[in-house]
Amino acid sequence: MSLLDYFRSSKSKTASIAKERLQILVAHERYYRNKPSYLPQLQEELLEVIRKYVNVDQDAISVKFEQDENQETLELNIVLPESQNNKSPLEI
Amino acid sequence: MARIIVVTSGKGGVGKTTTSAAIAMGLAKRGHKTAVIDFDVGLRNLDLIMGCERRVVYDFINVINGEANLNQALIRDKNCNLLYILPASQTRDKDALSIEGVGKVLEELAKDFQYIVCDSPAGIEKGAYLAMYYADDAFVVTNPEVSSVRDSDRMLGILASKSRRAELGMEPIKEFLLLTRYDPNRVESGEMLSLEDVQEILSLHLLGIIPESKSVLTASNAGVPVILDEKSDAGMAYADVVARYLGEKRPHRFIESKKGFLRKLFGGK
Repeated sequence: MSLLDYFRSSKSKTASIAKERLQILVAHERYYRNKPSYLPQLQEELLEVIRKYVNVDQDAISVKFEQDENQETLELNIVLPESQNNKSPLEI
Repeated sequence: MARIIVVTSGKGGVGKTTTSAAIAMGLAKRGHKTAVIDFDVGLRNLDLIMGCERRVVYDFINVINGEANLNQALIRDKNCNLLYILPASQTRDKDALSIEGVGKVLEELAKDFQYIVCDSPAGIEKGAYLAMYYADDAFVVTNPEVSSVRDSDRMLGILASKSRRAELGMEPIKEFLLLTRYDPNRVESGEMLSLEDVQEILSLHLLGIIPESKSVLTASNAGVPVILDEKSDAGMAYADVVARYLGEKRPHRFIESKKGFLRKLFGGK
């Protein structure tokens, strides 16, 4: 480390922060690129229907869209909360 | 057959028009008949950067609408007789551009020119879309700055999916990176994204680094493409870009700072 660096070290090195933020953001945006634009709305509406019957969290549902040369797959994953009527054996 | 180049970025103010003017002039100076088209309908500026603003009679939209023919609208550059400028309309709105209209004009230009440079407007709306639609090569102009890198990445997605080449399943548009307004001193002190940082995200074929330079403003003040300022760093950097695009191998310059006396003394990296 040179003398100049010593005087400079108080200055924050923001370029690395910029790079990290960009990597996360760009990865996220690339994931959604070229996916059908109806996906977020589909997720929203599915959540609404499920909530009529079961109280689930916003993030309890995931919609994954995958595409290869021959087919497009829509994978739907819903995590149901543990039912309150259905007590575990230990608690009976 | 002409090669169509789009100069694009998504973000505004990163140097698209400066780059379009410089590379069009560079290609023409090296003996290739070149046309440069302003796609920024309503906010034309290429004419000003090229210094031909007072010679605009007809524009791109007039040609599309059949109100003038190409020869009436093309302006021959005052510095190079192989370079022609097709200005955008300042009075119409961008809806005046149509995919068929643009295609027809490019097709006609392709008969007579070797390179057609399309200066894209900022954004991802119609003007930007049509500027890239027919392209063979894309020069993606990026600043070492978060919003510019993000927008460039977005634009790469559009080039790969919405262009004519993508729609027809042809070989994809060749994408090149031009990193502009680069300041090696600030990179070295950790306050600006480096070339490696940007490449880690975009990973494109690098055509050149254009250093932040006073000569760019001086050139635009005078209405002379900066590449004609052969002694300036930006001018030399653009000359390298053109040479590399034409297949010459030239080592990259302007990546490292010029070390001043004090920096050497104190051992600045």
